[in-house]
Amino acid sequence: MLEPVVFVALILGGTAALSWPLGRYMAWAMSPQADASGARAWTDLFCRIGGPPTRTAQTWKPYCVSLLAFNAVMFLVVFAILGLQPYLPLNPDGMGAVDESLVFNTTASFTSNTNLQHYSGESTLSYFSQLGGLMWLQFVSAATGIAALAALARGLSGQGKMGNFFVDLQRASFLVLLPVALVVATLMVILGMPMTLEGAVVATTLEGAEQVIARGPVAAFLTIKQLGTNGGGFFGPNATHPFENPTLWTNMLAMLSIIIIPMACVWMFGRIVGRVRHAGIVFAVMLVLLLVKITGAVTFETAPTQVFAELPIAGDTGNLEGKELRFGAASGPTWAVLTTSTSNGSVGAMHDSLNPLAGLMPMVGMWLNETYGGVGVGMINMFLYIVVAVFIAGMMVGRTPEYLERKVSAREVRLAMGALLVHATFILGGTALFAATSMGQTTVQDAGPHGFSEILYEFSSASANNGSGFEGLGDGTVAWNIATGLVMLLARYIPIILPLAIAGMLAAKPAAAKTAGTLGVEDSTFGVMLIATIVVFGALTFFPVAALGPVAEHLTYMQ
Amino acid sequence: MVSVAHLTASLRLVVATMLVCVVGYTLAILGIAQLFPETASGSLIRNDRGQIVGSARIAQNFTSPGYFWPRPSAAGENGYDATAASGSNLSPTSPEVRERGREIVESFGASESSPLPAELAAASGNGLDPHITVAGARYQVARVAGARDVSEDRINRLIDELAYTPGGFLTKTPIVNVLKLNLALDGLDVPGGDGSGEIAG
Repeated sequence: MLEPVVFVALILGGTAALSWPLGRYMAWAMSPQADASGARAWTDLFCRIGGPPTRTAQTWKPYCVSLLAFNAVMFLVVFAILGLQPYLPLNPDGMGAVDESLVFNTTASFTSNTNLQHYSGESTLSYFSQLGGLMWLQFVSAATGIAALAALARGLSGQGKMGNFFVDLQRASFLVLLPVALVVATLMVILGMPMTLEGAVVATTLEGAEQVIARGPVAAFLTIKQLGTNGGGFFGPNATHPFENPTLWTNMLAMLSIIIIPMACVWMFGRIVGRVRHAGIVFAVMLVLLLVKITGAVTFETAPTQVFAELPIAGDTGNLEGKELRFGAASGPTWAVLTTSTSNGSVGAMHDSLNPLAGLMPMVGMWLNETYGGVGVGMINMFLYIVVAVFIAGMMVGRTPEYLERKVSAREVRLAMGALLVHATFILGGTALFAATSMGQTTVQDAGPHGFSEILYEFSSASANNGSGFEGLGDGTVAWNIATGLVMLLARYIPIILPLAIAGMLAAKPAAAKTAGTLGVEDSTFGVMLIATIVVFGALTFFPVAALGPVAEHLTYMQ
Repeated sequence: MVSVAHLTASLRLVVATMLVCVVGYTLAILGIAQLFPETASGSLIRNDRGQIVGSARIAQNFTSPGYFWPRPSAAGENGYDATAASGSNLSPTSPEVRERGREIVESFGASESSPLPAELAAASGNGLDPHITVAGARYQVARVAGARDVSEDRINRLIDELAYTPGGFLTKTPIVNVLKLNLALDGLDVPGGDGSGEIAG
């Protein structure tokens, strides 16, 4: 039992420790008022690159318009790159044209920081599509999230002007993501990850068969995939692939990369709003929920593969279906929780082959979607829960609720609940539609609770902008491509725009004087209240589908 | 709302981020990769005649009794397809997994008194897991020794030489690379050969 505890403690403890200096650095890099001449010089450069629209400080509306305009351009550029793949360079393995609905789905997926993949990279995309299209989106979609969080924090610190999106995007790309990616990718290369522009190689095996081995510029791609909570793999089976995750050490570094920027985002938020103690409480709440899920997944995954029970197969190693031996026993389920709690979506073991209740934990991660959540947007999601929590707490003691010295009124709470319900509606509505019709029924691997789980997982993944999947699902159909494509886009931008609107409304109010009756957001009482809000909201919304899918499968088949 | 200025600013940002984050970043990492030519190009293994026989990181299929057999593979139609890596993605409650388990148990001749190590019946996440556990290797020693007419001791020593725990104290199960082990076996046949395949770029 000691082995998984040490493993998890090393990864979480190490990353949490590193997130503190990184959060401090990110606050500096994203801060427009930095007195430091370094930050000023960078801002001047970014204004020159972006041109006139970078020179005005924006309120929430123009900020959102700029964000959407740039994201629309991102979408169009990559749509064109994937659509024109056969005519573009860097295609040593001669990848052909990609189906239109798949181009739409893939572009929507990477633009929205989801990286749901209805294709296998090594058999569908050229190096040009992977690097110039998808890897580029992995940088700028993650930068969009960091920019949005910085703007939210500025609004909550009482500034009516939230900064300038075009400058923020460059700060996040060039000052935050790029340097961290350079360091991590270098370490990945040193630890043995492939990085080549040469095409596939043909080997003659010892038994004389021919084996074609796909390769590629994996280290660069993989690194930003993890750091930007993107998750889209270079190869189909993602970070289980020996080239995308060669050793236990690359595996641990990848797990660190998955959570470090989402963790640092909490500290960055705390520093920009000037309430680091408050950020500490939020950080702790996220950590507690994360640990509960990891404990659940690792424990449930120690049960051996159920259908081997009646065969003469040793049962002392846990469930090894879909797992790599070089990562050890605790890695698969721990990764499954980290990747779904952060909207990353890369996989270090096949989620479809997890034991039913272990497979429930990634779903819980995507349903809650804020422990630590996606780069930037995880903290934004948590902000929505905070608004609801302070509102409920205020009602309970009969006071007008306040957050960071601004009164929270019904209008803001309505918007926050709206944003949270968008997520729930897409998951539950989409699952209902596909589970009830041939659009979903004909694509599942097994009828019954596991098939239901596959559909539920796919919509959870799309709406949480996660990108992992129960990959037994035949999701390469036009119906799946279009439905999940639309869900990914709407579930990306609505929960960015509404929180920025709330922050704009709060910033427009006068600061409320702090009195003895003010509910603090910097103590453990607030932490408990926040956890209770999240758990009650999550359980009320998702318990019925959990019962129909993974819980039913567990009760029916597991002994 | 959206103005031409927004679009020109966006396009200028597209060019800047493409140049720095795609071209610059990729070239920088490619440059660093030149310092690690073997692993950066896929840890390919060549035989004495310089032919590529596989990658140390990628499983290949072995079916003859004189070789160690890898884990089952769901990559491609016949398994071990390194251009179509894939897991089975089957639930651990799936009858298909039971059926595969039954066939494999038969091919290894496993019985209640000598149960099969589980990884030999469970497909990996990508179908290319190059390792088996040391227990999984020991389980096959008698068959391999019989087919090659070599003493079991000799083969057990090869396993000991190549076995390692991938994370030191973090993982307790020792594993062994199947392709390297089989190359070492072939080396036994060559007089004076030490069997170690030469890794080349």
